[in-house]
Amino acid sequence: MEKYLYIALFAPLLGSLIAGSLAMRPKMVFTGIITSLLLGVSMVASLILLQYIYTTDSIVHVKLLDWIAIGNMSIPFGFVVDQVSVTMMVVVTIVSTMVHIHSMGYMVHDNSYNRYFSYLSAFVFSMMILVMSDNFAGLFIGWEGVGLCSWLLIGFWYHREDKPLTKDIYNSPFSTLSPFSSISPAYAANEAFISNRVGDLGMLVGIFLIYWNLGSLQYDEVFANISNLDSSVIVAIGIFLFIGAMGKSAQFPLNQWLANAMEGPTPVSALIHAATMVTAGVYLVIRANEIYTIVPEVGYFIATLGAAVAIGAALMALVATNIKKIIAFSTLSQLGYMFVAAGLGAYWVALFHLATHAFFKSVLFLGAGNVMHALNDEINIKKMGGLHKYMKGTSIIMTLASIALAGIFPFSGFFSKDLILEVAFGTHSYILWAILWITAGLTAFYSFRLIMYVFHGKENFHEKGNHPHEAQSYVIAAMTPLAILAVVAGFFKEPFIEMATKLLPELHIHVSNGTFWVLLVVTLGIALSGIAFAVFKFKKDGTFFSEKLKNRPCYKILANQYFMPHFIAYVINRPYLALSRFSWKKIDLKIVDAIVDGIAKVIYKSGDKSRVMQSGNLSTSLRLMVLGITVLLVLLVALGIAK
Amino acid sequence: MSLNAYLILSAILFLLGMVGVIRRKNLLMLFFSTEIMLNAVNVALAAISKFYGDLTGQMFAFFIIAIAASEVAVGLGLLILLYKKRGTIDLDNLQSMKG
Repeated sequence: MEKYLYIALFAPLLGSLIAGSLAMRPKMVFTGIITSLLLGVSMVASLILLQYIYTTDSIVHVKLLDWIAIGNMSIPFGFVVDQVSVTMMVVVTIVSTMVHIHSMGYMVHDNSYNRYFSYLSAFVFSMMILVMSDNFAGLFIGWEGVGLCSWLLIGFWYHREDKPLTKDIYNSPFSTLSPFSSISPAYAANEAFISNRVGDLGMLVGIFLIYWNLGSLQYDEVFANISNLDSSVIVAIGIFLFIGAMGKSAQFPLNQWLANAMEGPTPVSALIHAATMVTAGVYLVIRANEIYTIVPEVGYFIATLGAAVAIGAALMALVATNIKKIIAFSTLSQLGYMFVAAGLGAYWVALFHLATHAFFKSVLFLGAGNVMHALNDEINIKKMGGLHKYMKGTSIIMTLASIALAGIFPFSGFFSKDLILEVAFGTHSYILWAILWITAGLTAFYSFRLIMYVFHGKENFHEKGNHPHEAQSYVIAAMTPLAILAVVAGFFKEPFIEMATKLLPELHIHVSNGTFWVLLVVTLGIALSGIAFAVFKFKKDGTFFSEKLKNRPCYKILANQYFMPHFIAYVINRPYLALSRFSWKKIDLKIVDAIVDGIAKVIYKSGDKSRVMQSGNLSTSLRLMVLGITVLLVLLVALGIAK
Repeated sequence: MSLNAYLILSAILFLLGMVGVIRRKNLLMLFFSTEIMLNAVNVALAAISKFYGDLTGQMFAFFIIAIAASEVAVGLGLLILLYKKRGTIDLDNLQSMKG
């Protein structure tokens, strides 16, 4: 089975290297095909591994090489394929294969076609290292790898300028009134990278703490010995690791980058920001479940934060007009759901929602890509409308995905989201349950607000002279498997539970049969009413929020993303910039540089002065010699006396 | 006569030689001054040797005389060559290793 592991891991790298070696050449369709093909190979290998692990219950564990071996420290470059990582591998490879194929259509007019596929495959390779590593150091390598590749991909169109600012929310190319939302891809890439650096620092501290206290970074050794530690140390480890997860999974307060990262090409958003990288934080918490099981307080904090992010992001999605940002806020919200499940100890539920979410969210992003492609990169949903007539395939797929996202039976989102609500109710976290329940309604509403604005109603795109057309057939074909999975993935719940609970702790919650059905109906009810409200309100008025509402404070708060960009800009960045300026001008230039320059000057001057001694004149030399002898004698006498 | 008198004479002679080494510009005079310094040391060595009844000091003085003689022989040879080449033995005119 090892060979399948290596194939699954290294096929994307091979594709990336092939495409990368041709990066400077003009567009070659070949690179797209070869990377997609190799990704397909990786997907097949992952599926074989899944089948093997599901049927035999064994774990594939290989050690590729001794990586770091200094003194007592030994960190091998090892990979493990167990029930958790194989799930991630399958999700990552399926989504990224389809994204690769979709990208061949989306990037068809781009000059940097080859470079794009090189980055995309490198990203998948990093993600595979992240999920397959058998130790924290390898996980961190993958973690940084996806960070780097996301930087490359978000800033893929690095030459684009900032767009002009506008105060009018409906005409702004961005979804909000925020003065900082006029960002260029290069800015967004840096923002994502720097936000992640903050989280990564926390994660590194967590890893150091683990190594310091346990002397190992191998998962099995760490988790076997973690319970021997002092509980305060475990709490610290849990918190610091979670800070890392907050960075990657864009949880509050490190959430700003996710929505802005929509500046990258749309398939990239589908891959990075829906299915793979942002779920790395959830994966970390799931992987480190032994740590979080010991300290339920940290888990409860995670769950609370997750619920807050879930509803906060859902509210922002209500008013956003940027098609990609709506989906991005929705991702944030769903990540919140996953953290609630993980924080409450239902790790396999989190993993299940992660998997189903990956399918319907990636397909939503890819559909958004089709729409934007058809309308010459129009991103304002108010300038779309009536596209169902022109893009039947995309419309149907996106509607299905939205139903799945809203959590309607029997679509996949229903099963996973309902489980999370059940877990919240069953662990007596009624407040969390209530928040998530409301969020479920909001999710249904904003998903269908998007669908209605884009595919139904008045055609608003004619003023720009756009003639929409359906995407190429292979693009739709690439989306179809994801759409099918988004619809049916829920039915794999039973086998998934059976497999995942072999590794992850089972959570025993007691919800009586009657309550269970009530919960089910209540959850379904709010989701259905959210959809119904969206559909009927749009059919009646053709819009959702009246002009009057636009001036209300609550609307402004949401449109400005809770003034978080303002807060970061004025309270964190400005003082930091002032401090940096001060340090540079006063401390660095006036003190540090002055000292260094002073030392150099002293040496230079003394050399200049003592040069005259080398006059070549014998009598001068003799005089100096006599002087030297005298000084030595005086010193000797002085020392003798002092003694 | 006490030992101190000899030592004081030696010190005076040494200082005279040293001042000569510092002040003189003529290379020949420099040699003379060096000889004075060497002989000042010889006086001190011989006197100490006599007063302590130890012949080592006088032995040393002989060595110094012998070495000084050979030094002067070689030095004067070099000096003559230098004079033939440069036409002067004034120290200030003999600067060829300026730093």
